[in-house]
Amino acid sequence: MNAKFYAYLFKRLLMALLTIFLVIAITFFVMHAIPASPFSSEKAKSDAVIAALEAKYGFDKPVPVQFLNYLWSILHGDFGLSTGWVGNTVIDLIIGGFSYSAQIGFTAGLLAIVLGVVFGSIAALQRGKALDKLIQVLTTALVSMPSFVMATILLLVFALLLGWLPSMGNQPGGLILPVISLSLYPMAYVTRLQRSSMLDVLGQDYIRTARAKGVKNTKVIFKHALKNTLTPVITYAGPMMAYILTGSMVVENIFSVPGLGRLFTNSMLRTDYMMIMGVTIFLATMIILMNFIGDILYKVVDPRIDLT
Amino acid sequence: MSMLEVKDLHTSFFTPSGEVKAVNGLSFQLDKGKVLGIVGESGSGKSVSAYSIMQILTNPGRIVSGSIKLHGEELVGKSEEEMRKIRGNKISIIFQDPMTSLNPTFTIGNQLREAIILHTDRSKKEAEARAIEMLKLVGISEPEKRIHQYAYELSGGMRQRVMIAMALACEPDILIADEPTTALDVTIQAQILELMLSLQKELGMSIIMITHDMGVIAQICDEVIVMYAGGVCERGTADAIFYHPMHEYTRGLMRSIPDMSDDEKTRLVPITGTPIDLLHVPPGCPFAPRCDRAMKICLQEKPKEYWVGRDHLSACWMNVKNGACYEERPEEGTVEVEEND
Repeated sequence: MNAKFYAYLFKRLLMALLTIFLVIAITFFVMHAIPASPFSSEKAKSDAVIAALEAKYGFDKPVPVQFLNYLWSILHGDFGLSTGWVGNTVIDLIIGGFSYSAQIGFTAGLLAIVLGVVFGSIAALQRGKALDKLIQVLTTALVSMPSFVMATILLLVFALLLGWLPSMGNQPGGLILPVISLSLYPMAYVTRLQRSSMLDVLGQDYIRTARAKGVKNTKVIFKHALKNTLTPVITYAGPMMAYILTGSMVVENIFSVPGLGRLFTNSMLRTDYMMIMGVTIFLATMIILMNFIGDILYKVVDPRIDLT
Repeated sequence: MSMLEVKDLHTSFFTPSGEVKAVNGLSFQLDKGKVLGIVGESGSGKSVSAYSIMQILTNPGRIVSGSIKLHGEELVGKSEEEMRKIRGNKISIIFQDPMTSLNPTFTIGNQLREAIILHTDRSKKEAEARAIEMLKLVGISEPEKRIHQYAYELSGGMRQRVMIAMALACEPDILIADEPTTALDVTIQAQILELMLSLQKELGMSIIMITHDMGVIAQICDEVIVMYAGGVCERGTADAIFYHPMHEYTRGLMRSIPDMSDDEKTRLVPITGTPIDLLHVPPGCPFAPRCDRAMKICLQEKPKEYWVGRDHLSACWMNVKNGACYEERPEEGTVEVEEND
C-alpha cells in the first residue's frame, strides 16, 4: 500500500505540474495577444518613456523569449514585480490579498458544508413534510440567485436599512456580510446534494440491518448513514473550497474587501501582466490542491475507493 | 406457552393510492428450538411479516392490528426504546442480500462490536474478543484479520456468515432468516443452511425461515406455513405439506418443482396468472382468481382454516365441500385426509 501510495502521489504531482504549465502557457500567450500594454493609460506617455519602461520590465523582447524568461524566473521563485502597484512584488500582493480572502473563504466554506449537510439531512428525514418543503423552496431560490444580487440585497437590508452591520470589509465586523453572501450559494447547493444523497442511503439495506440490530435511530443516521452520504458533498466541496478561498471577485468588490478576488479584477483592469500571471498560477494551484484533498477524503469516507 | 405467538396480524402500507394490505390476519406459534418455514411467492407478505415482528417497517408501513407475544409479553404497542432492546438481542434477523446488508464504510469488526456492545455490558476489548469468537463459530478463517476488513473485501458467502455472526452475537431466542440463501450460489446455499442448523442446535434457538425455495423448507423445517396474499393458505408439518398438500395453491407450488428423478422430459406446470392486487383485496379466497377448481363460494367468502389432519390445517372450500376437514383438532391416530382429486 505504501509504495503504491507514493507512486500515486508522484503521478499526481507530475500531472499537477503539467496542468500548471499549460495554465501558464495559455494565460501568457492569450494575455499578450490583447492589444493593451501595462503602461497604456489616459495620460499619454512619450514613446521614449514607454520604451524605457518596457526595457526595464523586459517587455521589449519577443513574446516567446519573454515566456522562457518568465518560466526561468518562476522556477527560481521569482514571480516578478507588479506594474499596477508599483514597488510591490507579486508575491507580497498575493499574500496580502489571500490573507483576507482565505479568512472569509474558509469561514464561508466551512459554514456552507456544515450547515448544508445538517439542513440536507433534516430535509431528507422530514421528507414530504412542511420543513422539507420550506428547505427545498429556500435552497432553490438561493441556488438560482446570482451572488451579486444576493450580496446587494444583504448590503441593502443589513447595512443600509437596518444598519446592523458595516458595509465595508475593513471595518470591525465588516467581514460578516461577505462571509454570509459567499456561503449562501454553496450552502444551498450542499443542502440539495445532501438531501438526495441521504434519501438514497436511508433506503439502503445496511440501514435496515443497523435498525434490526437495535441501534438508536439517531445513531443509525449519524453513524451508519452519514458517512455513506458524504461522497457527493466532497466531490463538490473540493473545487468549491478552492474558488471560495481564492476570493470572489463580485462579493469582494461589493463589500470593498481588499482580497485576492478584488486584486485579480484590478490587475486585469490595469493589464498588470505579472499580477495576472501570479494570481492565475495561485488559483490553479489551489484548485489542484483542493481536488487532491478531496480525493484523499474520498478514501477516508469510503474505503472501497482505490486511489492508486 | 410458546416462545413467540403471533395472532391475527394485519400490516398495511398507506400509500397515496390507498391502503396496501401486505399482511392479512397472520397467526402462528413458534416453540423453543423449532424451525418454522414460511413459503410463498414474491409479494405474499413473508418479509413484511418478519419486519412487523421486528418492528422495523419503514414509512408508510405499519402494524394495523393483531398481537405479537414474545414469552407471553406483548410487543405490539411497545415504544421504540423498548423494541430496540429486543432487536438484535431477543430476536435477530438476517436478510436476503448479504452484498448490500453490511455497511460498506465500516469494518466488519466495528459492525459486529456495535451489535455486542449495544446489548451487553462488554467493553470494547471484550466485544472484539466476542466478535472474533463469533466469526470463528460461523466458520470464517483468520477472524483476527477479518475484523479489520470491509464488506467489499469478502465474498457473498462470507458476508452472509458475517451477518449470521452478527445476528447471533447476543444469543437471541429467535432468528428470523429472510431468504438467507436466495442471493448465493447453490454450493454456498447448502453450506449456509448447514451452518444455520448446526448453530441452532448448538445455541438452542428457534428459527423462522422465510423462503420461496421448497427445497430449503423440506431440508430444515419442522413446521411450514404457506402464505398467499398476506394470509395463510395452509400450514402443517413439512411432511404433511409435501406429501398431502390440501390447498390448490400449495399443490400448484408442488407441481412447479422440477422432478429430477423423472427420466422423461416432462413440462413444468406453472401457476397461471399473477398475485392479486393488495390494494383491492377481493372478498373471497385470495387465490380463487387463479384457481382452476374455484367454485362460486370461493369468490364470495373467504375460507377459514380447517383441520385436515392432526398437525395440518388448510383454508380451502374444496375440503369443506368434500367433507374432508374438521372444525376441531382431530384426535391422535386420526388418519391424514387423503388428497381429494
